Amino acid sequence: MAKKVTIDAKGVHYTPLNQQVRKAIADGAGEIVINNVLGQRFIGNGLRGDATIRVNGVAGGDLAMFMSGPTVIVHGNAEHAPGNTMDSGKVVIHGSAGDAVAHSMRGGKVFVRGDIGYRGGIHMKQYQAQRPILVVGGSAQTFLGEYMAGGLLIVLGLDGVMKAREIGSGIHGGEIVIRGDVDDACLASGAKKVPLTDEDRARIVPVLREFADDFGLDAEPLVKANYTRIVPASARPFAGKYTWE
Amino acid sequence: MCGIFGVMDKRRQMMDGSGIRDALSIMNERGSGEGAGYVAYGIYPDYQNCYALHVLLDNPGKSKAVVDATLEQWGAIEHEEAIPTCDQPNLRTTCTPWRYFFKPDATLAPGSTSPEKDIITNLVMQINAAQNGAEVISSGKNVGVFKAGGSGAWPEDVANYYRIQDYEGYIWLAHNRYATASPEKWERPDPFNLHDWSVVENGKITTYGANRRYIESFGYTCSMSTDSEVITYLIDLLVRKHGLDINLAIRALAPPYWDEIDRMPEAEQKLNRALRFAYGSATMNGPFTIVAANPDMMVGFTDRGKLRPMVVGECDDRLYIASEEVAIRAMEPKVESITRPAAGEPVIGRVAP
Repeated sequence: MAKKVTIDAKGVHYTPLNQQVRKAIADGAGEIVINNVLGQRFIGNGLRGDATIRVNGVAGGDLAMFMSGPTVIVHGNAEHAPGNTMDSGKVVIHGSAGDAVAHSMRGGKVFVRGDIGYRGGIHMKQYQAQRPILVVGGSAQTFLGEYMAGGLLIVLGLDGVMKAREIGSGIHGGEIVIRGDVDDACLASGAKKVPLTDEDRARIVPVLREFADDFGLDAEPLVKANYTRIVPASARPFAGKYTWE
Repeated sequence: MCGIFGVMDKRRQMMDGSGIRDALSIMNERGSGEGAGYVAYGIYPDYQNCYALHVLLDNPGKSKAVVDATLEQWGAIEHEEAIPTCDQPNLRTTCTPWRYFFKPDATLAPGSTSPEKDIITNLVMQINAAQNGAEVISSGKNVGVFKAGGSGAWPEDVANYYRIQDYEGYIWLAHNRYATASPEKWERPDPFNLHDWSVVENGKITTYGANRRYIESFGYTCSMSTDSEVITYLIDLLVRKHGLDINLAIRALAPPYWDEIDRMPEAEQKLNRALRFAYGSATMNGPFTIVAANPDMMVGFTDRGKLRPMVVGECDDRLYIASEEVAIRAMEPKVESITRPAAGEPVIGRVAP
């Protein structure tokens, strides 16, 4: 049975709070529960190993930045850029999140049950086996997948209309999968729609099941739904904009 | 970066400044400890028919004499006093905050539709542009700005210096500065105010030069070299002088992109094109979130590309606009509605008449 540590974050600045988290992990804690979190930044930053960190409250900016391995579960909303440059592990947010979710993410998974702000998945990237995944249950905002270089970004739009425009602005790698149809006018130049093939679907189904499982949703409607897949039109979307041959 | 916070009570129920201080302080990470400020509406009920002039005086003798003489030329000083302060160990005081309760003589601005405000506007421009060691930092009825700059000016230090908890207002704006460009003078951080309107901003207006030339062509003088001064004057020009509804004024300052206009129904296209043509030089570019207020409303809006955060909370009669959700929760733990409006969707809260 893994050791469980509970930390009260009420009125605690993020520096001593994160020191307590690191100490708990160094002491062999397998589960850390942080109560009364109110905007403390950098929770889970750079942590390694396989601990589970439960955040009760509103997580501050750059949650799980550079994290490599652990699982962070937020019962509440998160501010800007959860999963920033995350390496591996998992972030599960039961509420919504701010702008630049999964900013420059390199690997692992970020699941958000609610909405995300602008520039979700900005500059996600992939390399060999490292392939980050961002799944959003609600809506995403404009500039979704901006400068995306790799990885998988799924938006399910479970709570109404998807608001994102300028989708995939500057995308040159990876893929964006959105439930339902996406109007051509919502795509940025450099992004193109392609049909979701059976192989594509087989690839995303395990992710959808895992997402549904984490949030207690029925997976079957998600598995069977129609999806639009958006990929780069070229590997150098701005070749003609910034360079002249 | 900067952190901004605004709260309005729709039924004019008063809030003392301690909650606003706590809300701003929880976003300390957004600032650099080199400037912070607060503005509140409803704080001077005993002098609500006077224009409250908050002035930072380099020298309570010489620079004050210049202000006294200018005010006496344009109206009557009903009351004046030093703004009560409490020295803070980390905050270096470089000036004396003073307040006047002033009644302008409306007969001195014949032909104006708002003579008192024209006099106040000219007074503020004149005093601030001159090298006289005096800067007017707020000038409206029943409103006051409290701000400080320089090292050690964290939100709680500035609030405690001005004893902000002793003031009660129904609209409060607050700003925590991440110093970038301008010098660390006490008059430089937000909020900015010109009689009715106050502004706090998190951003960097890249069109500052064009906007400043535009506003100065209407007789405003910008002497603080900072965005928020220009924004305050632009709102005054568009709303008071040109009679634009606040919705249209915001649309002129942060208009939709041309391709968005192309997709609108025809009548709306026409309106938006006309606004962009008429107010091209007032259009602000660059990253920003702005919260502005006057005695009847509080509004928030962002740049078109949404390069700065804006979170909106509602709870009973209170409307909150902030850079981070936690600032709202710090003041109102039971807030239920939290939204993040899209760029181009201004948030407008009005006080009940």
